[in-house]
Amino acid sequence: MRIFDPHIHMTSRTTDDYEAMYAAGVRAVVEPSFWLGQPRTSPASFFDYFDALLGWEPFRASQYGIAHHCTLALNPKEANDPRCTPVLDALPRYLVKDSVVAVGEIGYDSMTPAEDTALAAQLQLAADHGLPALVHTPHRDKLAGLHRTVDVIRESDLPPERVLLDHLNETTVKAATDSGCWLGFSIYPDTKMDEDRMVAVIKDHGIEKVLVNSAADWGKSDPLKTRRVGDALLAAGFTEDDVDQVLWRNPVAFYGLSGRLRLDVTDCPEPLHEGNSILRGGE
Amino acid sequence: MLTALTELTDGSPARAVQAALEEHLAGADRAWLHEALAEAQAAADAETAAEAGAAGRSLWTLPTWELRFAEAGRHCRPARGGPSGPSAQDLADAARVLLLHTVRAGHDTTSRLYTHGSAAERRAVLLALPHLSAHTPPASALALVEDALRTNDTRLVAAAVGPYAAEHLDQHAWRHAVLKCLFTGVPVDAVDGLAPRARGDAELARMLRDYAAERTAAGRPVPDDLHRVLALTADRDTADRPHVTAAPSEES
Repeated sequence: MRIFDPHIHMTSRTTDDYEAMYAAGVRAVVEPSFWLGQPRTSPASFFDYFDALLGWEPFRASQYGIAHHCTLALNPKEANDPRCTPVLDALPRYLVKDSVVAVGEIGYDSMTPAEDTALAAQLQLAADHGLPALVHTPHRDKLAGLHRTVDVIRESDLPPERVLLDHLNETTVKAATDSGCWLGFSIYPDTKMDEDRMVAVIKDHGIEKVLVNSAADWGKSDPLKTRRVGDALLAAGFTEDDVDQVLWRNPVAFYGLSGRLRLDVTDCPEPLHEGNSILRGGE
Repeated sequence: MLTALTELTDGSPARAVQAALEEHLAGADRAWLHEALAEAQAAADAETAAEAGAAGRSLWTLPTWELRFAEAGRHCRPARGGPSGPSAQDLADAARVLLLHTVRAGHDTTSRLYTHGSAAERRAVLLALPHLSAHTPPASALALVEDALRTNDTRLVAAAVGPYAAEHLDQHAWRHAVLKCLFTGVPVDAVDGLAPRARGDAELARMLRDYAAERTAAGRPVPDDLHRVLALTADRDTADRPHVTAAPSEES
């Protein structure tokens, strides 16, 4: 089973996770930029974070045989903080980088006017840079948030077929499907979706434009949830080809819209060996 | 790690680098390169590219040639696959070095591109430094080399220990750069001017012997490269090859 996790925050994960992910079949990831778990206080904090997503994290991933790309953005929560919003001016300099495959994750948190502004501006940035957009749907007031998100997308220059709506569930999948966007589902141990509910959604809605991710981060989450969904789909009678479409071909097709997806890791600096810099870095 | 093409970028004239690079690019990518270099040349001719043009311009406004610099990795891909040819990284390195050379990048430009660059772009800036000495004050880019040597990204460490480091790093920093290569698995072949600078360096020899002792005490193998460098530290007049033992050396 080959797996592309289209939404995972590897900066928050250990090399043990990379090893386990590779063993489970993960060969490619996309890491969206997001909140740190605590507020940032300046654009410079974003720059260091972007540096990690454009340098150190792909390097770590390559040492474990996993291709790493990222999406960059001002996240919805910090769109409300005037200390952070100047990063919007800097984004054009970063969105042109080779391993940036979308603008994201953008969308709504508390559905404020500042979030309206940041979402519209960043959809425009995606359109201007030939990039698709990863748009998360809010954790609170989700269905209303989805409708408002779709309205903003419709008013933007970015066509819905270049947008991935994420963190969907049973209550939002219909409206999301009707919007013409791609459909992302995050599988979590306790919150968001779980693997059995995911199988039920796929039974109802099919596998067209469906992407499944672990969205694993620094909170309670599991980077192997993509594999669990693959196993659950097979157990429910779906074919290996169905699973391949959901866990590999759909994310490749969506992020491939950027024209920047590279799934070889031939530039892996050196094969793993005892002297590798990750193992030794902390010594 | 450092293939022939990358070595070419370390010392050959730009025309030779360009010819070698073009040989490995498909038609559309070659056309992209020509256009990108023409844009860099125009920027250099107009003196708008680097220092003069940068004044008064927002840091976030991207001149066209800098956009080409950023996107080189997706336009310079090997036309033919296969393990024998240069890697995609080699080709992108060469294209970016050519762009910096063509635009005659000075101190502010290299610093800006490094500071806001991806790891691949930072690597190219480091590789280009020996080509840019005519446009930059002596040793002014040392801070970039030191930054790269603080990372644990072996692509950056390898690019940092080129001719520019050989010329400008002081002996203490240079010894630590050599040790870092051994520490992180960067082949010491990447270290420019290794033999002349290591020769007769008793302090480097001590550091190497201590490191070998530490590895041995932990039951871990001593890298072959360590023995190579240790042999190089022997003074020209010393006939005997320095000896590594498991026991701590006298100096430690």
